[in-house]
Amino acid sequence: MEYKPIRKVVSGNYAAAYAALHARVQVVAAYPITPQTSIIEKIAEFIANGEADIQYVPVESEHSAMAACIGASAAGARAFTATSAQGLALMHEMLHWASGARLPIVMVDVNRAMAPPWSVWDDQTDSLAQRDTGWMQFYAENNQEVYDGVLMAFKVAETVNLPAMVVESAFILSHTYDVVEMIPQELVDEFLPPRKPLYDLADFEREPFSVGSLATPADYYEFRYKIQKAMEEAKKVIKEVGREFGERFGRDYSQMIETYRTDDADFVFMGMGSLMGTVKEAVDILRQEGYKVGAAKVRWFRPFPKEELYELAKNVDGIAVLDRNYSFGMEGILFTEAKGALYNTDAKPLMKNYIVGLGGRDFTVNDVRKIAENMKAVIEKGELDVEVDWYHLKR
Amino acid sequence: MEIPEQIKKKLTLPAEEHFYAGHTACQGCGAALGLRYVLKAYGRKTIFAIPACCSTIIAGAWPYNTLGANLFQTAFETTGAVLGGIEAALKARGIKVKGEDGVMIVGWAGDGGTADIGLQALSGFLERGHDALYIMYDNEAYMNTGIQRSSSTPYGAWTTNTPGGKRHFLEKRHKKKVIDIVIAHEIPYAATASVAYPEDFIRKLKTAQKTPGPSFIQLFAPCPTGWRSPTDKSIEIARLAVQTAYFPLFEYKEGKYRINMPNPKKEPKPIEEFLKLQGRFKYMTKEDIQVLQEWVLREWEKLKKLAEVFG
Ligand SMILES: Cc1ncc(C[n+]2csc(CCOP(=O)(O)OP(=O)(O)O)c2C)c(N)n1
Ligand code: SF4
Repeated sequence: MEYKPIRKVVSGNYAAAYAALHARVQVVAAYPITPQTSIIEKIAEFIANGEADIQYVPVESEHSAMAACIGASAAGARAFTATSAQGLALMHEMLHWASGARLPIVMVDVNRAMAPPWSVWDDQTDSLAQRDTGWMQFYAENNQEVYDGVLMAFKVAETVNLPAMVVESAFILSHTYDVVEMIPQELVDEFLPPRKPLYDLADFEREPFSVGSLATPADYYEFRYKIQKAMEEAKKVIKEVGREFGERFGRDYSQMIETYRTDDADFVFMGMGSLMGTVKEAVDILRQEGYKVGAAKVRWFRPFPKEELYELAKNVDGIAVLDRNYSFGMEGILFTEAKGALYNTDAKPLMKNYIVGLGGRDFTVNDVRKIAENMKAVIEKGELDVEVDWYHLKR
Repeated sequence: MEIPEQIKKKLTLPAEEHFYAGHTACQGCGAALGLRYVLKAYGRKTIFAIPACCSTIIAGAWPYNTLGANLFQTAFETTGAVLGGIEAALKARGIKVKGEDGVMIVGWAGDGGTADIGLQALSGFLERGHDALYIMYDNEAYMNTGIQRSSSTPYGAWTTNTPGGKRHFLEKRHKKKVIDIVIAHEIPYAATASVAYPEDFIRKLKTAQKTPGPSFIQLFAPCPTGWRSPTDKSIEIARLAVQTAYFPLFEYKEGKYRINMPNPKKEPKPIEEFLKLQGRFKYMTKEDIQVLQEWVLREWEKLKKLAEVFG
């Protein structure tokens, strides 16, 4: 069947819901939280209209949402959920459970700032705080990437038997309508065949088995190592799946770090998610203004694309890391990761951290220009003014 | 060992064993006995969800599994939610649940994992109507972490965080009536059971298997380690819990209560008989025992009334 995209004008959240539908998820367990809720509402609507054959479990908390997905996934089903901020934090314990039990659950997290103070707006600290849970993380720049991301996440997750999170920004994507090219069901089915579980609680032919039991110090260590092996394997799978996606549907995701006009760039802006759309636009404008700049969008934060970062870093003088998040007592989280990844290499660009857009603070092309001016001066001087720049602070 | 047919006919419990030797429970553990009976009733086609509790250990460390059934060990507070997820998956996959030939999905959680930290997930499970059975094995404290109180610990009982000292004992609350909270959800079937009455327990397990929707069984399961009782007295203590009406056996089915006492006409024995075999009550004075006795009889009267009015 020839690929003819179905164009729909949808919000990021509806893009996520359609992707779950097209991925033929079998169990959805979820709990409402702004700005995630419309994902689940849309899925419930699909069910009510007979468009989807999904078991929907309206649980009493996010903790239970993840626990129910875990039960469902362990019993062989393709399971999906979505949440935001406080909901994700409440799930935290169970995120470890999902990866430890090697369950390929896919979840959409709508990046929302953590309270207090209450804020419903965009901020990546919620998802980045789940860094060490053994979940893969894909950051979407736009609604199209939310849709594509969910389909790819299932394929990658089910290949390496680890859960995956697709992350989109609050309101900027979740509630903003845009054209999304969707894939006819038949072609999605070819791309994403039914799940073949690693183990199946409903398999009564084999010897009785137990999952999640106690492991003594003689074994625990190896269980952890195998998760790391799966993460390493995931890098390969992500690139293959991203390339396959490009071949089938015209949008290539084989780069874990999407580079934009970096070939001859003196310095690049690096960041994740929707703010990189703004950055790419700014790069075009800045190029006309004589800045030799590029953009590096980190698509997959876990597994972390160390090798691709190295390739990028060895060819530029500076990297301005834009963090819409913060790790208190330290610095922006992507900044720490990027610096750490390069430390034992010969790539030593000047790296500066700009904290931007926390709690939904507007981040514009003009902001990118100001950062470019500052970064240029820093590189010319050959030393940092400050390492971490709270860029928007009302001074 | 093969059991001869003529003996099999006389057995009051299923002969099949699906609980393997070599499990790591303490001697005289009520929970281990309980698991054995559940497996006798349901056999291989059972999926267990077990949260953090003594049974995590009883079921064995990786790669061993002492239960002859598939088992998912889950986080302490999630039994209800995990049951819901498993059930949803089987439905999505078109696999038959419950009934004679269906899969039994069984949550097996301690009183702490049920009455305290897991109460929210339990409530969600009951209220949403999943086709699964939740068994709370009640050993009246957190045993796996070393005998701390739960809300199911009775008045006066010693635990490590409610010790009885020279001047005070700390456990001043009566046992939480989890079964009443469960019944308030108006589920099709709820019951109490005891390891001292296995025929009654297995009959209740069979009823749960036949009844669509969520079922709940609160199983009285002595713990010699935590109750400071002789390991060979577990059954006697469990029997006395019933005979003193401290832990009466009853069923709630489709709005009706039925008491299943071995000698229904008999007056309850004095509570001392239940207490005296256990070290955990030895700090109690006559007055303290009187407080507990009054509570037991008051609750017993309440139950009898319920059975009378909604029988
Ligand atoms: C979130 C969380 N808090 C605390 C614990 C520690 N913990 C493990 S088992 C347990 C007590 C279990 O008590 P109960 O459910 O009554 O079962 P029992 O051990 O008596 O069989 C506790 C507190 C845990 N595993 N998870
Ligand atoms: S501590 Fe008690 S409940 Fe736990 S295994 Fe020992 S006897 Fe059984």
